[in-house]
Amino acid sequence: MKQSKIGSWIAFIIGTLYFIVPLIGTFEFSMRMKRGEYSFEAYRVVFSDPNFQQTFLYSTLMGLITIVIGVVLVVPTAYFIQLRLPRLRPVVEFITLLPLVMPAIVIVFGYLRLYNSSSWIPLTANARATDLLLAFSYVTLALPYMYRAVETGMRAIDVRTLTEAAEVLGAKLPTILFKVIFPNVRVAILSGAFLTFAIVIGEFTMASLLNRPAFGPYLQLIGANRAYEPSALAIIAFLITWACMGLINVFGQARQMKRST
Amino acid sequence: MAFLEINEVRKQFSANIVVKGFNLGIEGGEFLSLLGPSGCGKTTVLRMVAGFESPTSGTIRIDGKDVTNLRPNQRNVGMVFQAYALFPNMTVAENVAFGLKVAKRPASEIKSRVDEMLQMIKLPHLADRYPYQCSGGQQQRVALARALAQKPKVLLLDEPLSALDAKIRVSLREEIRALQKGLGITTIFVTHDQEEALSMSDRIVVMNEGRAEQVGTPFEIYNHPQTPFVANFVGTLSVLKGKVLDAASGRIQIGKSEIVASRKLFQANAGDTCSVALRPEAAVLENGHAAPTGHNRLAGVIDDVSFLGSVVRVRVKIDDNAISLDTFNNPSAVPPQPGAPVVVSFTPNDVLVLDGSR
Repeated sequence: MKQSKIGSWIAFIIGTLYFIVPLIGTFEFSMRMKRGEYSFEAYRVVFSDPNFQQTFLYSTLMGLITIVIGVVLVVPTAYFIQLRLPRLRPVVEFITLLPLVMPAIVIVFGYLRLYNSSSWIPLTANARATDLLLAFSYVTLALPYMYRAVETGMRAIDVRTLTEAAEVLGAKLPTILFKVIFPNVRVAILSGAFLTFAIVIGEFTMASLLNRPAFGPYLQLIGANRAYEPSALAIIAFLITWACMGLINVFGQARQMKRST
Repeated sequence: MAFLEINEVRKQFSANIVVKGFNLGIEGGEFLSLLGPSGCGKTTVLRMVAGFESPTSGTIRIDGKDVTNLRPNQRNVGMVFQAYALFPNMTVAENVAFGLKVAKRPASEIKSRVDEMLQMIKLPHLADRYPYQCSGGQQQRVALARALAQKPKVLLLDEPLSALDAKIRVSLREEIRALQKGLGITTIFVTHDQEEALSMSDRIVVMNEGRAEQVGTPFEIYNHPQTPFVANFVGTLSVLKGKVLDAASGRIQIGKSEIVASRKLFQANAGDTCSVALRPEAAVLENGHAAPTGHNRLAGVIDDVSFLGSVVRVRVKIDDNAISLDTFNNPSAVPPQPGAPVVVSFTPNDVLVLDGSR
């Protein structure tokens, strides 16, 4: 028993060092921009770069748009699959998993063939339409995470019985969805939303090939041309991702604590 | 015309016919139970009355109005589910108020009705609690209050007690029956628990394979089952295999002994094999005193004794047959011992003839 505990601790420490040491190294390097002293100079340079602000704002906005489209698409789909078309569940699950096995570059070349400026739907003809196409492609990329999160949340609350209970009390579909179903899968939707945001904020392939000013291509550009700023950006990107994960945990635990009181 | 009428209702899922030509009339204020084993179609009938399933054919009328093709939210029925189905994001009071808010009743009316309902279920102190902060019994009472808040025409109860523990089940069924009687609301109660059905209902429909096997009062269902299925399903039965000696006088040979059944052996002739049945409370052990003349008597050996609390169930082996009978637990008397020879007696009236064949 004692030996197995020691073994677990050794495995945990090795695993932690594997992840933490490079991160500490990156952080330490990002602090050495000024010769002979540690400073946040690299961070100051990054934050004061107008391109950083623009690309970060752009990707944040794209993240929010992606979340809205994803929620509007996924929540009713998961609801109706669970309630009315349970036989279609394996098919939908398969479709939602496709973006995981299909490289982003394949998807974006598919988009470029389908929606180029001489096609029936020329979504790449101007910047706004391309932004829309980028948002749709982000929805596709985030689909496995968003669908899993929402579907798991719905399975946990017995959607069918709650729907029937509301219906027999006189409620119509919008009331059932907005007053009964959404509030009870809110945490699941938020989990999906934070995962989506974390994916969008650092995404490179789609944004780069669609030539949009997103944070991912900016990260790549800085990484190729500067020394200390890419390390600072890597740490910033990690912090954003961790913040998203932390928020998922905070909401999840708040819900659990509420249930256990 | 009955308050709730189910006429020739049939329900088919793909090739599977779940309800076959079901007819039923329920009077206003009546408490009717649909009783039957799993898969007999009782819940499907209830769900068709609620509007969650559409009949393949047939009609359902509530208070003279054809509701067959109406959606559940247009029928004005209340329903209590087995799994409570309270909305987890709402407090007890908000749950009770839900239907009234959907119906856009004035706030003052909603508040007074919610207070009234919570008083009725004796839980006004739980108004601000969430469902997960209430026990199973409390949640089911809230579900009942929620179903009744809108003053529905019919109350539908889908096995509402089956998720509760035994003691709460008994107290809650008494509460439900008292509330139903007090409000005079027409109620359909689905259960597979015969004790619940017998203790709560004005009438019981025993269902089997999508059909109503028998409709009657609990007394009729228990004491005068019309089919072997009803006799077997409701209550405990000891089935004895025998041979018809004389169909007209009801003489039957059981092993080496002869008994008399006062009910006619339908379509049976002398020499036919037949099955007869006895309720545990119908048979008694002769303790030194011979049964009165005219009683059936069968000699056997005690095979098993089960202590059930206030009652002791004794199984007596009689040749190839066995009879289970109940005796009251008497702490000052020696309980029956397995292996002891005994004589079991019962009246010809207590013999239920189940079937006969050549």
